[in-house]
Amino acid sequence: MDSSKETQSGAAPETEHQEPHNYLNHAKTIKSWLLTLDHKRIGVLYAVTLAVVFLIAGLLAMAVRVELFVPGETIMDNDTYNQTFTMHGIMMVFLFIVPSIPAILGNFVLPLHLGAKDVAFPRLNLASWYVYMTGGALVVTALLVGQVDTGWTFYTPYSSSGDMAILYMTMAIFIAGFSSIFTGLNFIVTIHKMRAPGLTWNRLPLFVWSIYATSIVMVLATPVIGITMILLFMERLLQIGIFDPALGGDPILFQHFFWFYSHPAVYIMILPAFGIISELMTTFSRQRIFGYKAIALSSVAIALLGFLVWGHHMFVSGQSAISSIVFSLITYLIGIPSGIKIFNWVATMYKGSIWLQTPMLYALSFLFLFTIGGLTGIMVGVLSVDVHLHDTYFVVSHFHYVMMGGTVIALLGGMHYWWPKITGKMYNETLGKIAAGLIFIGFNATFFPQLILGAQGMPRRYATYVEEFTFLHQVSTVSSFILAAGLFLVLGYMMHSMFFGRKASKNPWGGATLEWTMTTSPPDPHNFTRTPIITRGPYDFHLADEVFGPRHTGDGAGDGATEPATPAEREASR
Amino acid sequence: MGNNGTVWLPESASTVAPEVDWLFYFVYWTSIVITLLVVGGMIYLVWKYRRKSDEDRPEPVKESKLLEISWVVVPTILVLLVFTWGFQGYLKLTVAPSNAYEIQATAFSWGWSFDYPNGASVGNELHVPVDRPVRLNMSSEDVLHSLFIPAFRVKQDVLPDRYTSVWFEATQEGEYHLFCSEYCGTQHAEMIATVHVHSQADFDEWLADAAMDEDVPLPELGERLFGQQGCQQCHSVDGTDGIGPTMQGLFGSERTMQDGEVLEADENYLRQMIINPGERVVEGYQAGVMPPYGRLSEREINALIAYIKEQ
Amino acid sequence: MATTTTEKQDVSHEGDGHGGHHPRLQHHFVSLDQQFSSAKLGMWLFLLTELLLFSGMFVAYAVYFNWYPETFAITSEALDWRMGFINTIVLLASSLTVALSIHFVQKGQIKAMLWSLGATLALAGVFLVIKYFEYTAKFEYGIYPGAAFDPSGPYAHMDVPNAIQYFSIYFVMTGIHAFHVIVGMIVFIWLIWRGLRNHFNPEWYTPVELGGLYWHFVDLIWIFLFPLLYLI
Repeated sequence: MDSSKETQSGAAPETEHQEPHNYLNHAKTIKSWLLTLDHKRIGVLYAVTLAVVFLIAGLLAMAVRVELFVPGETIMDNDTYNQTFTMHGIMMVFLFIVPSIPAILGNFVLPLHLGAKDVAFPRLNLASWYVYMTGGALVVTALLVGQVDTGWTFYTPYSSSGDMAILYMTMAIFIAGFSSIFTGLNFIVTIHKMRAPGLTWNRLPLFVWSIYATSIVMVLATPVIGITMILLFMERLLQIGIFDPALGGDPILFQHFFWFYSHPAVYIMILPAFGIISELMTTFSRQRIFGYKAIALSSVAIALLGFLVWGHHMFVSGQSAISSIVFSLITYLIGIPSGIKIFNWVATMYKGSIWLQTPMLYALSFLFLFTIGGLTGIMVGVLSVDVHLHDTYFVVSHFHYVMMGGTVIALLGGMHYWWPKITGKMYNETLGKIAAGLIFIGFNATFFPQLILGAQGMPRRYATYVEEFTFLHQVSTVSSFILAAGLFLVLGYMMHSMFFGRKASKNPWGGATLEWTMTTSPPDPHNFTRTPIITRGPYDFHLADEVFGPRHTGDGAGDGATEPATPAEREASR
Repeated sequence: MGNNGTVWLPESASTVAPEVDWLFYFVYWTSIVITLLVVGGMIYLVWKYRRKSDEDRPEPVKESKLLEISWVVVPTILVLLVFTWGFQGYLKLTVAPSNAYEIQATAFSWGWSFDYPNGASVGNELHVPVDRPVRLNMSSEDVLHSLFIPAFRVKQDVLPDRYTSVWFEATQEGEYHLFCSEYCGTQHAEMIATVHVHSQADFDEWLADAAMDEDVPLPELGERLFGQQGCQQCHSVDGTDGIGPTMQGLFGSERTMQDGEVLEADENYLRQMIINPGERVVEGYQAGVMPPYGRLSEREINALIAYIKEQ
Repeated sequence: MATTTTEKQDVSHEGDGHGGHHPRLQHHFVSLDQQFSSAKLGMWLFLLTELLLFSGMFVAYAVYFNWYPETFAITSEALDWRMGFINTIVLLASSLTVALSIHFVQKGQIKAMLWSLGATLALAGVFLVIKYFEYTAKFEYGIYPGAAFDPSGPYAHMDVPNAIQYFSIYFVMTGIHAFHVIVGMIVFIWLIWRGLRNHFNPEWYTPVELGGLYWHFVDLIWIFLFPLLYLI
């Protein structure tokens, strides 16, 4: 262990002005950020960009909720509403949730978890961010030149006969797709080739496994949305007649193409969240993960099976009954590995030492919300019940439970967990807990009523609705403000901590993976001063002497809410 | 509306509904049990094994193969069970009885029209007899739509240039919503029709009446069509301005087009505007909002014009 | 996870100069070997995504061929199999020359490598010229992708239902393939430029190897396109 650095940060207050060399302070120009090849800085670039996208898309969602407060026109007309929910969907799906965890935390944490200096292709990594920005710019262009009101699913022939702005939007998604492909490709090669000595596949942190599974899906599925978008582009521009029934094309073919990407894309969104939850559950329980292999392999199983279930989005589309039955069956098979994960996470707490800090609160929220998300998924997978629930608010709520209750909650948990590592600062733990509570309550109160609305027959994408749905819509709208307040609170104290936060110790949570045991907070530009040699599993707390010290009295098991022990105090405690 | 709905599900008014509802509630209660187990386990473990000291260093737990296997096997059995039931129910929903009464349904942006075997044609109102299987043979005139009747638990996408079908057997007289559930543009949310379930006798009477368009005076037929075809969703007859211009005082007035030309709203003008509304648009309104209504018969167009003249 | 470190594994960042390392070794790799195998795996993955991109179009082809085989039988007559065949030969030859360029660089024969790359570039150019003549001969008689499709002259009898799908697929697939050929040509120009500046040697020629892999892939796609579009 690097003991000289250790003492330096341990004696924090006196030496604060001589901040050690790290990836944030070694160069400070704008150019050094925009041309950086450092995976950590690229992760931060993505974090800032995605926060802006999430803010905009979130405000659009609030506009949608306000419009639905009462039936009829509230704050906008039908066309504006349709464009609003379309933009909310497109931005949240293609520009936020697909890149979110891999691009921010995957970039930042993956090489640290592997004991590597960087990802395999740093330039490709930076290119992925620029490609993403180009895609984002095209989305904005589409918004400025015309109206896109097709919904994020772009079903033909509505999309192939509407406003020309769809041309920009399809190109935007095509280009943003390359950003995903670059990221996924980079991660797969990195995981295969850049592991530190001794880091066998069985010793990989589960976050790495989940990013690996995600990357497979990114590489295999994204090209298909690429070609779909090219064909849709041509369809709108030249009427090539592949998807447009008026010219002899087949709109169902479009749906097959679209969902062949977009269902696996759901796993691009949720698999990395599984990885984060595994990290949080172990660290805050100080216990080995229950069923390491089951969790690792079920991620890969989900990734692969995920390619075979796209047709469950089309039970009432007019595809053949046989297809629907087969797709329904495979859909159930994929539900099982997800269930296994939930049980394993809960079992991980057994005989652990559970520390309820903010990241752990998010992890526990995730367990509850994802259970509901998963079980409502089983509900809509039942063929005969889906006929009733398809394209209603039940489905809307189901995928928000998975995407927001799952992925966004995990992302928030992950951001809190790695925040000290990323910024070198601690956030305010009390505010953190309050915000986690607000988000949990606000989320459930917003989306649970939507489950009932959907089962009662409220169709999705409605700018207005029939009288009897008013009450539940109002509950949902009011609660969405609680949710928004929670999220803004997070934004607030995170920003505050960046400038005024208490300095973080190297390992504030007592984690046992490499980024905590071997790097400073924030890490050195080259991550590790020495190449790590791995001799144990990622969650072997009983062997993690570098976390606890050899005789249960060491440092590092610092309390995130309080100052880390000074050398003198540590001496006294011995 | 019927009143046997529950907190979760709307009133059930078709023969398949109870079966779907039963399965819904089976999955629902199973889900609640699973959720309670997960949450209960979670809360118990969090409390039982809460951290007592920073120095806690728990011994590693050995994984239990039996436990792992049991929570693979039990959910698998459960989902296969649910799959089988869902699959059987789905077959019932897909295969219409051979003696079903057939109605042609046409979806367009943004409305429905239903054609009956005797030639009767109504818009945005579906009249069906109770206790008799009804099969809707559906197609769309433009983009994708989807026919959704929550009370009957049926839904099927409606495609252009292709037929899809849906069937149901209503069990209760009454009025039910019929929604479009596949997003189709501006007025997707207003593409709502009403299902009227009549007793067989009432239905026969209604049907005979509806087919008697031939004898109805033109303005009266026009008024009926004005409602059925969804005109009133955009065009008022009382002078208020909607998505489209009001019909009040329209006939004979001078209309300024978007290109600046002024036209007199005579019969030919109205006819043009009904059959091909996209060609010329009155100043202050959007092109492309109103679909063309060329599929109306000559008599129906005359009836609409006669009705508009009276406003 | 790490409990020990060893001195000999120490790849500290002090002194970003390349020290005793090979000048082409990037700092985040341990060895040239690791760097090369990473690059190669990356390229294979990229080709996999390319394959899936084309597979989307192959699926569209398969679907429409399955629905309208009679139409496809008529419309495929519009394509001149001789031109397609010549182009197949041209691409196969170019695959050979690109393979030779890798062979030569491994042997250290840089000049021969440059000539092989030049030949590949020229063959790719020939392919595009032939393609250009094929396209213009179609456009002349109103065979366009999409709604502008309005065949006349020798193709007048092609105006059958769903002919539009066949020609749309033809133009989109061959168009995207031609785009890949153009990208390949840019890559070859870049490789020749670097080769002229003596960047490659038997120890390090990763870009040549990867460019070659890419070109084989472009060739392979054509091998599928030719029979499917011209010979059915």
